[in-house]
Amino acid sequence: MAGQADVTQRTESGASPGGEPSPSPVRTYLLNCGSSSLADRTFSFLMLLCALSIFAIVLLILIELISGSKLTISKFGMSFFFGSAWDPVNGNFGALPFIYGTVVSSILSLIIAVPLAVGVAIFLTEMCPAWLRGFLAFFTELLAAIPSVVYGLWAVFVLVPLLRQYVNPFLINTLGWSGIFAGPNYGIGMLAAGVILSIMILPIISSLTREVMSAVPYAQREAVLALGATRWEMIRMGVLRNARIGIVGAVILGLGRALGETMAVTMVIGNRPEIARSLLAPGYSMASVIANEFSEASDELYLSALIEIGLALFIVTIIVNALARVLVWAVTRGAPVRGT
Amino acid sequence: MASNVVMPPLRAGASNRLWRVFANHLATLAAVGATIVVMAPLIAIFGYLLYKGASSLNFAFFTQIPKPVGEVGGGMANSIVGSGVLLAIASLMGVPIGIAGGIYIAEFGRNKRLANMVRFTADVLNGVPSIVMGIAIYTLIVVPQKHFSALSGGVALGIMMIPTITRTTEEMLLMVPLNVREAALGLGVPNWRSVLSITLRTASPGVITGCMLAFARVAGETAPLLFTAFGNQFWSTSVNEPIAALPLQIFIYAISPYDEWHRLAWAGALVLIVLIVVSVALVRYVAGRGVLKGAS
Repeated sequence: MAGQADVTQRTESGASPGGEPSPSPVRTYLLNCGSSSLADRTFSFLMLLCALSIFAIVLLILIELISGSKLTISKFGMSFFFGSAWDPVNGNFGALPFIYGTVVSSILSLIIAVPLAVGVAIFLTEMCPAWLRGFLAFFTELLAAIPSVVYGLWAVFVLVPLLRQYVNPFLINTLGWSGIFAGPNYGIGMLAAGVILSIMILPIISSLTREVMSAVPYAQREAVLALGATRWEMIRMGVLRNARIGIVGAVILGLGRALGETMAVTMVIGNRPEIARSLLAPGYSMASVIANEFSEASDELYLSALIEIGLALFIVTIIVNALARVLVWAVTRGAPVRGT
Repeated sequence: MASNVVMPPLRAGASNRLWRVFANHLATLAAVGATIVVMAPLIAIFGYLLYKGASSLNFAFFTQIPKPVGEVGGGMANSIVGSGVLLAIASLMGVPIGIAGGIYIAEFGRNKRLANMVRFTADVLNGVPSIVMGIAIYTLIVVPQKHFSALSGGVALGIMMIPTITRTTEEMLLMVPLNVREAALGLGVPNWRSVLSITLRTASPGVITGCMLAFARVAGETAPLLFTAFGNQFWSTSVNEPIAALPLQIFIYAISPYDEWHRLAWAGALVLIVLIVVSVALVRYVAGRGVLKGAS
C-alpha cells in the first residue's frame, strides 16, 4: 500500500515541474485497474484473518474439551488422574491405567526407535553414496505418509503372530525371571504396541535428525578431520556434539507422535484397563480408550470422563510438540541453505 | 573442541591407533546395520501389503457395497465414494484457508512476531493427535445436530489440513525470488494482484503439491472419523447423514473375526496406499524441477 502511494507521488512530481509528458497510457491503465488501497487493505485483512484461524482452532479445541469435561473435572478433580478404577456402570472413573499404558508404550517405542533412527541418520548424512540416499530418503518419506490404520492392519496379521510364536517365548525363557517379560503369551499387549509405534515414529525421528545434522556447518567437520580424527571421531565430536539439542528435539517430536497415536495402538495393545508389570500383558492407552468407547458412552459422566482424557492428551501433546519445535529451531536457525 | 570432552590419555604407539581405527569401523558397521534393520521391516510391510492387497483386489471391490457377514464377495464402493465426499468437504474448507494463511506469513508478515507465532502454532497443531480433533468436532457439531454426519467428518479433516497447507504454501512462496515481486510492483500492479497472479502463480506447482500431500495425509485418517462420520454399511452421499469412509471400513474389517472381511481390508489398504504413494511421488517430482529449483 505504501509502495502504491509512492508510485503515484513520483509520477505526479515527475510530470509537473519540467512540463514533461504525462504518464504513459499503460501506466494510467494499470494504476486505475483495481488499485484502490481499499482492495489492498481488504486483501491483506482477509489473509490475516485466515492466518489467525489457526489460533482460533487451538482455542476452539481447548474450549470445547474443557466445557465437555466439566462434569468429571468438578466431580473428581485431580484424583481423576491418580485413580485406577474404570467402572462406567457405577460411575467411577480413574485414568491411571490409560496414562500408564500411553507412557509405557511410548517410552518402549523410543527405546527401540531412537538408536536406530540416529544410526540411519548418521548413515544417510555422512556415509551414504548419493544415489542410494535419494532412494532411502524417498522411501522414509513414503513410510511417514502410510496411514496408521494400515500399520495396524499389518501389525494384527504379521507382527502379532511373529511376536507370539518366536519373540515372546524367547523373552520369557531368557528374561522371564525379571517379571517384565512374564505371564501368558497373547501376542497382543504392551510390547506389540511399543514395537509398532517404534516402526511408525522411526521415519519422523530419522528425517528430523538428518535435517539437524546437515545443518552443522561443513567447516566444523573439516576442522576435526584436519586434526587427524577418524570418520567416527569426526561424527561424534564434530557433528553429534553440535547437533545434540536438535536431536533431542527430534526425539521429543517422535514422543509426541507416539503419545497421540490411536488406530495402530488400539488394534494391538489388548484394550484391558489394568496396570500390569509384564510388558507382554494387555494394556490400554489414552487415545485407544477414546477410540473404543466414545461412541458407546451411554451417560453424561462417562462421556465427560473420556473427553477429559482427550483434554489431557491435547495439553500434553501441545507442550511436548512446542518443546520439540523450539529445540529443533535452536539448531537449524541460521543454518546455511542445504544442497542435498 | 569443547573442553569438557574427556579424552583418553594419549598412548604413544600402535595400540591407540589400532583402537581408533577399530572404533571407526565399529561405528560404520553399526550405522549400516541400523539402516538395514530399519529398512528390512519397512520393506516387509510394503511388500506384504502389495502382495496381500493385489491378490484380494477385484472388480467387485470397486462396484459393490459391503455384504452381510457370511456372504462371500462385496466391495467398498460406498466407502470410496464416502471418502470422496468427506475429502471434498475437507478440501473446500482446508485449502483456501490454508493457502491464505501461508500467504499472510510469507507476504505480509515477514519478520513480524505475529507471523512467527502463527508458524509456530501451525507446527504445534500439526502434532496434535487426530482423535482430539474428533472429540472437539463431536462436541461442536455432532452434539447440537444430535446425529453423526458427513459434514462433521469433513470439517474435522479440513481443520487437520489447514496447518500443513499453511506451512508448505509459506515455504513455497518464500522460494519465489524477491525481484519477481519488485518487477510486478514496479509496473504499478497493486499488491494484491501481484501476490495472487505473480507470486502465488509462480509458486503454484509447489503449492498444489503441498495441498495434495495434506490431502493424502487426511485421506488415511481414521481416528477423527470414528465419532463424526461414523461409517455406514449402505449407500449414502448426503452430507447430513453418517457416511462410510475407506480407512474407517478398513479398521472395522481388520478387527473383525471373518476371513472374507480381512481380505477386503487388505484390498482397501492397497487402494489407500496407491493414492498416497502417487501423491507423494508427485510432490517429489514437482518439487525437484521447474522454476523453483535453486531459486531462493
